Amino acid sequence: MNTQKEFMKIGDKVFKSRLIVGTGKYQSFDETRQAIEISGAEMVTVAVRRIELDKNKDSILNHLDPKKYTFLPNTAGCYTLKEAVMTCELAREAGLGNIVKVEVIGDEKTLFPDNEATLEASKLLVKDGFHVLPYCTDDVVLCKKLEDIGCAAVMPLAAPIGSGLGIRNPYNIKLILEAVNIPVIIDAGVGTASDASRAMELGVSGILMNTAIAGAKDPLKMSLAMKMAVECGRMAYEAGRIPKKLYASASSPLDGLIEL
Amino acid sequence: MKLTINGETREILKSQNLEELIRELDIQAPHFAMALNQQVVPKTKYASTPIQENDEVEIVHAVGGGV
Repeated sequence: MNTQKEFMKIGDKVFKSRLIVGTGKYQSFDETRQAIEISGAEMVTVAVRRIELDKNKDSILNHLDPKKYTFLPNTAGCYTLKEAVMTCELAREAGLGNIVKVEVIGDEKTLFPDNEATLEASKLLVKDGFHVLPYCTDDVVLCKKLEDIGCAAVMPLAAPIGSGLGIRNPYNIKLILEAVNIPVIIDAGVGTASDASRAMELGVSGILMNTAIAGAKDPLKMSLAMKMAVECGRMAYEAGRIPKKLYASASSPLDGLIEL
Repeated sequence: MKLTINGETREILKSQNLEELIRELDIQAPHFAMALNQQVVPKTKYASTPIQENDEVEIVHAVGGGV
């Protein structure tokens, strides 16, 4: 049986795995490598930061095979359009590719995006030849605008970054899915496997997560749980769930019942 | 020559351009990128990009990070 009808397409690449994972918050590079391997993810996101001049020269990239993974540099931590655009330019120059996750944070406490700056930054980056994946709020109008300017996907948040609250507003995600024709990837807020399944059951193209795996008591086991949850959720979406009904509907025939 | 590298003031002894600076600082990251005075400089231009007193240099690389 074909367990997956179609694959996830981002820019000019096709991904069999619909799970995109982050590389932050792990105990060691070795744990990062193992967790990512178990997750089955083919796309991994990395941050771009200043090199520490006099410290350990090891790098996360020494532990992840570039032939196996597509890197998705992100602009996490950027608070202005200028910082976000320059971070993407630096990432491309560093050889991390031209698919970028654009994140312009607008509020320190909630880490909610500055949607206006995100839209402007995305516009400039699309013109500069990047495949742009913007982190945004679950706003239909904004997602349509991001599609119109040429983004490769939209990445609405399910809940605040690192909160693990799960999908706070599945109805908005549904509306975004109806409104845009580019991939919708849930970015941030997933807490456990059922959150991932539920998101996939809505029909989103993929999910990006980091803390839910890296912060679990056993990150390697959670990584496998997330891999399975994403696959299960996608299969259930493709299989088509039964409609919800208020009353019971017997699944055994009424004919041939014993009569007393 | 004094430069600001990644926000720190540093005394550079012999480098005249970005390529020499990378060698002098012993940068070994497999993938890194540089900006000089807030302009990203392509790798092919490191040798031909001179550095001057008080220049601001950024050297970045990929680190673990997520959302």
